[in-house]
Amino acid sequence: MDKLFVPRELIAEILAHCKECYPYEACGILAGQFGVSKKIYKIKNIEKSSVSYMMEPGEQFTVMKEMREQGLEMTAIYHSHPVSSAYPSPKDVSLAFYQDSVYVIVSLVNDEPLIKAFEIKDDIIKEIEIIYS
Amino acid sequence: MAVKVRIPTPLQKLTDGKDEVEGEPGTIISLINFLNSKYPGMGERITEGGKVRKFVNIYINDEDIRFLKNEETEVKDGDEVSIVPAIAGG
Repeated sequence: MDKLFVPRELIAEILAHCKECYPYEACGILAGQFGVSKKIYKIKNIEKSSVSYMMEPGEQFTVMKEMREQGLEMTAIYHSHPVSSAYPSPKDVSLAFYQDSVYVIVSLVNDEPLIKAFEIKDDIIKEIEIIYS
Repeated sequence: MAVKVRIPTPLQKLTDGKDEVEGEPGTIISLINFLNSKYPGMGERITEGGKVRKFVNIYINDEDIRFLKNEETEVKDGDEVSIVPAIAGG
C-alpha cells in the first residue's frame, strides 16, 4: 500500500480523540474496504502513559470480531505521540505485528497537531501518503 | 467436530494465507504444539518458554485464557480459539 485514503471526518475524529486523551497517548483502529477507511474505533489505552500504549485486549478483540463480521479490513492503526514527533519510536517498530496495516501517528508537540502514516515491515519504516477524501 | 482456530493476519504467512485452521482438543499449550507441528514456526511466534507471550492474547470463544487457566485451559471439540497479537507501541 502506498497511499492511505481517509475521509476528512475520520481525520477530525482521530485528532479530537488524541487531544481528549492528552497528556496520555490515544489509540484506535480505522476499518474499511479496498484500502479506503470508513469507520473509526477509539480504543482504551491501558498504559495511561505519554510514551506508551497498549489497546485494551478485550476491546481490541471485540472490534476485530465486529470488523470480520462486517467484512471490513483494518486499514490503519493510529496512536498519538503527546511529547514526541510524528515518527515511529523504536517501541512502535519492535511491536509492529500488523505489517499489512498502516500505522498512523499524531504528534501533539506543536500547537497544530501533525498527522503522518507509515508502513512498518521487518523493521523498515516507509512513509505513506495520506489522501484526504 | 474439531477445534476451530482463527489465525491473525501476521501469522497467515505460516498457514498459506488461511485465516482459519483446524486443531485438536486438549489444552491451549497442546493445541499450540499441534499447530506448530503442522505449521512450523507458529509455536515460537505465540509462546516463549512454554508460556504465551506477553503481546499475544488468546481467546476461547469469547473468553481471554488469562481469566481461565492460561496455557492449561481446556479446549474442547467445537470450541473456537482466536490468537490475537496485541496492538501496542510507544
